[in-house]
Amino acid sequence: MTQEINPGRRAALKTGSATAVFGMFVAAGLVRPTDAYAQAAWNQGAFAAKGLDATVKALGGATPVQTKDMSWGSTPEIAENGAVVPVTVVSNLPKTESIAILVEKNPNTLSAVFNIPAGTDANVGTRLKLGETSNVYALIKADGKYYVAQREIKVTLGGCGG
Amino acid sequence: MADPMRIRAKMEGDKTVVRVLMSHEMETGQRRDAGGKVVPAWFIQEVTATCNGKTVLSAQWGPSVSKNPYLQFQFSGAKAGDKVNVTWVDSKGEKRSDEATIAA
Repeated sequence: MTQEINPGRRAALKTGSATAVFGMFVAAGLVRPTDAYAQAAWNQGAFAAKGLDATVKALGGATPVQTKDMSWGSTPEIAENGAVVPVTVVSNLPKTESIAILVEKNPNTLSAVFNIPAGTDANVGTRLKLGETSNVYALIKADGKYYVAQREIKVTLGGCGG
Repeated sequence: MADPMRIRAKMEGDKTVVRVLMSHEMETGQRRDAGGKVVPAWFIQEVTATCNGKTVLSAQWGPSVSKNPYLQFQFSGAKAGDKVNVTWVDSKGEKRSDEATIAA
């Protein structure tokens, strides 16, 4: 076997065999380019952060400004079942890019981040687990800046399986 | 393997309103089973919705999204008969993709 070193191959292996494999997947039609670049990798740091400030920092934001330019939709103030609490956030801030929902008293503060492309309303609904009565924060990124609104949701039966 | 998502997409005025019910355990990693062993975390991490080749919503979730997650959102620029595709990827790398036609 020859010992010839192919510098191109070595460079490809060094810089990213993962990228090359990924490229193969794209070429093979297993990953469509639109899905591939639609999202960055799951933000482990943000989902492990505890508390509002640490989470905002992990999301790459600065201290958010309090805002009233939003609505909680039909989000209840009292949840009978902490395992399934419907939360809706509507942002009226222009150029809303993302809406994150944080539950202060949960073991990990960040519940979900929704990225809002142009053409989509800044209006999302989901259902979250709340371990106990807690402040719930809507962290809205609009026009590059962070805003926050909060409401307390009382929980009569906690939702983390305890 | 996972049960299909139930996706309802409907025109309301010139907006498409999408409601999705996914089938997933969304284990937090905090729960113990009957034998006292911790049930490992297993949850949907990424959700992407597309319509006519364009991403209309993307989301990253943690384990505190409820079991059998619900998602509702709405967007402009589509019409009845177009298709909305929703895909999720979970913490084990499992994936599920389902599609629905927008109703009038």
